[in-house]
Amino acid sequence: MSHLPSQEEKVSLDTFLRGLWEENPVFVMLLGMCPVLAVSNSAINALAMGLATTFVLVASSTLVSLLRRMIPKQVRIATYIVIIATFVTMVDYTIQAISLDLYNALGAFIQLIVVNCVILGRAEAYASKQRLLPTLVNGLGMGAGFTFALLCLGSVREILGAGSLFGLALFGEDFQPWVVMILPPGGFFVLGSWLLLFAWLRRWRARRLPAQQGATAHGT
Amino acid sequence: MSDALSTGSGQPAKAPSLAMLRTLGLVAALSGFFVVLAYQVTKPMIAENQRIAIERALFIVVPGAVSRRDFVLTAERIVPAAVEETNDGTRLYAGYDGDGRLVGIALEAAAQGYQDVIRVLYGYDPACRCIRGIEVLKMAETPGIGDKIAKDPAFKQNFAALDVGLDAAGNALANPIVAVRHGSKTEPWQVDAIAGATISSKAVARMLNDSAAATLPSLSRHLDRLQQVPVEVR
Repeated sequence: MSHLPSQEEKVSLDTFLRGLWEENPVFVMLLGMCPVLAVSNSAINALAMGLATTFVLVASSTLVSLLRRMIPKQVRIATYIVIIATFVTMVDYTIQAISLDLYNALGAFIQLIVVNCVILGRAEAYASKQRLLPTLVNGLGMGAGFTFALLCLGSVREILGAGSLFGLALFGEDFQPWVVMILPPGGFFVLGSWLLLFAWLRRWRARRLPAQQGATAHGT
Repeated sequence: MSDALSTGSGQPAKAPSLAMLRTLGLVAALSGFFVVLAYQVTKPMIAENQRIAIERALFIVVPGAVSRRDFVLTAERIVPAAVEETNDGTRLYAGYDGDGRLVGIALEAAAQGYQDVIRVLYGYDPACRCIRGIEVLKMAETPGIGDKIAKDPAFKQNFAALDVGLDAAGNALANPIVAVRHGSKTEPWQVDAIAGATISSKAVARMLNDSAAATLPSLSRHLDRLQQVPVEVR
């Protein structure tokens, strides 16, 4: 039906790892910033949000990949949104069934996974052009990368802003929490610091790689 | 203009209506199936979670309660909450001690807070005509500032015995519940606001006042209806 350019790729470890490091949705592509800043105020919220997004990402990518030859390109975005919204609704019910406290902490951001551009971006740029297996592996990698990034932010913000990690107090009674870190400005500070670290690491690696091999092994 | 049109129509782009209908129809049907499936599977678990959350809060705001029964208060009477959901009337959670005596009634109240609606459960003690405790069920107040309404011991002390006695006619509160500046509480119906969290504190006082004023007059007229109820093990 739709004649999209076929650039099917072989599944390799790189298909998975790309999402974690080289194309990390948060630290490299800077996609889906809204939940990243909003629900990374504690490690448990960050983990739950990351896992929920991963499930939606993998499930919707799978369905899009299976239906890719059936979806006319005129209605592809509408189709993707319906598919994504379905899985988000399922996640919404599931989180309510697991824990109401968690559900209240995540608030509207579970429903807002529907418009997370990481997921729509994967459906449009990857799943609609690839076979099932690479889509699955790539989706899992991207989800893991998103969860990893959220955890990076969430744990730093919780340690500084509440003096605890996953709800366990780390310091004694004397610790005066740095409350701004769990407020919205703290999200920007911590995200900025992580981006700085990642950019520095990438430059450092890029400088080292040519020195060792004479050429970059990967082209993006 | 015409150039652009002709280049655009170089390829006849006829919309494949049938394919669009078929795909969207299929996806919508799949979607409906999955959503209903998830709803049906999780419904009993969600109901169980809500029951646990209500009971956890109920046994805090009604000290001494070990069992509860649900009632619905309408303008004229109190009826035991039916198995099916009803939307008219106010839901009451009556708490009983080990001997089956009524020790308090928990009610829900809600008002707009600083960021979102705050919902609390509060316990009314008919013996002292006062509120015995509140427990925040849901809020999105600023961490470290407004969310103190849920934990701050000094603030919660306001509700150890907050006076909600009725006036002589029994139709309204004798004194409206009001939030006052931090440290200036003098009367038992005042709420000592948290310094720096005035909006959240006022929201709590307002919701208690509104809810108590709306329900307590008719509740106190039908109070004996609750006391006659035999104990039911929860």
